[in-house]
Amino acid sequence: MRRLVLVVLLAFAALLLYGIGHLPERGAADAPPNLAQSAAGSPNAATYYVENAYIDAETPNMVTVTLADYRGFDTLGETTVIFAAGIACALILRRAKR
Amino acid sequence: MREYYDDRIVALSARLVTPFIQLFALYVIFHGHYSPGGGFQGGAMLAASFLLIRLSIGTDAAQYQFRRAWGTPGSSIGTLVFLGTGFIAAFLGFNFLDYAGLPLGLPEPELRNIGILAVEVGVAIAVTATLTAIYDDLVGERLEPLTAGIDEATDLAEADQVDGSGWDAPEPADG
Repeated sequence: MRRLVLVVLLAFAALLLYGIGHLPERGAADAPPNLAQSAAGSPNAATYYVENAYIDAETPNMVTVTLADYRGFDTLGETTVIFAAGIACALILRRAKR
Repeated sequence: MREYYDDRIVALSARLVTPFIQLFALYVIFHGHYSPGGGFQGGAMLAASFLLIRLSIGTDAAQYQFRRAWGTPGSSIGTLVFLGTGFIAAFLGFNFLDYAGLPLGLPEPELRNIGILAVEVGVAIAVTATLTAIYDDLVGERLEPLTAGIDEATDLAEADQVDGSGWDAPEPADG
């Protein structure tokens, strides 16, 4: 069993390494995420964010703009997850006052 | 987790370092517009400063800094700040979380700038309070009143003066 797990893990690692070898260069202009249009012909969101983050929000850090403005709903979900984790810990671990 | 050694060197070091950690945490939160950082990272650092004090001098004495009872309300308030920023825009006829709808009378880019700041502050409050509350829940309720540790320290100091044997490492505060 342990040998089988090892074989499966090695095969998976080989697959991942094979995939890494075919990734485009970092920041390559012709890589699919960096194109202004996706393969289906629709405008690419990332390109819009990079070009318009400062114009839309006057904030130099485009990561912050993407996180809190363009993708604000996602960040709201993350905050709710943290809040839910705190509530769960309180419900499970906190003892009632005697 | 309830045992801690009443070590003066550790306590003093934590006391000296904590203000700088908190200042840097506030910098990370409010400078997130211009540099890497933001609510999550800064809130985690702020919580780290609270946990450092809790670990070094014990949860009981750390109540003067951040009370156990503030944990759950703080995380609720932080999440509500985020939600409220979104709902203000929603109630004024804009999309949910569309900061251009905030009623501040500024041009739209600056409104978005301020909206991002409000959201980051809400996230920071929520993360700080939640992480501290989780630590407090893990450690559990306090075992003894706040003055017990102080009395013990006084007794130790008096014993030192009487027998002149110098300062020994004290026993764990409660075992």
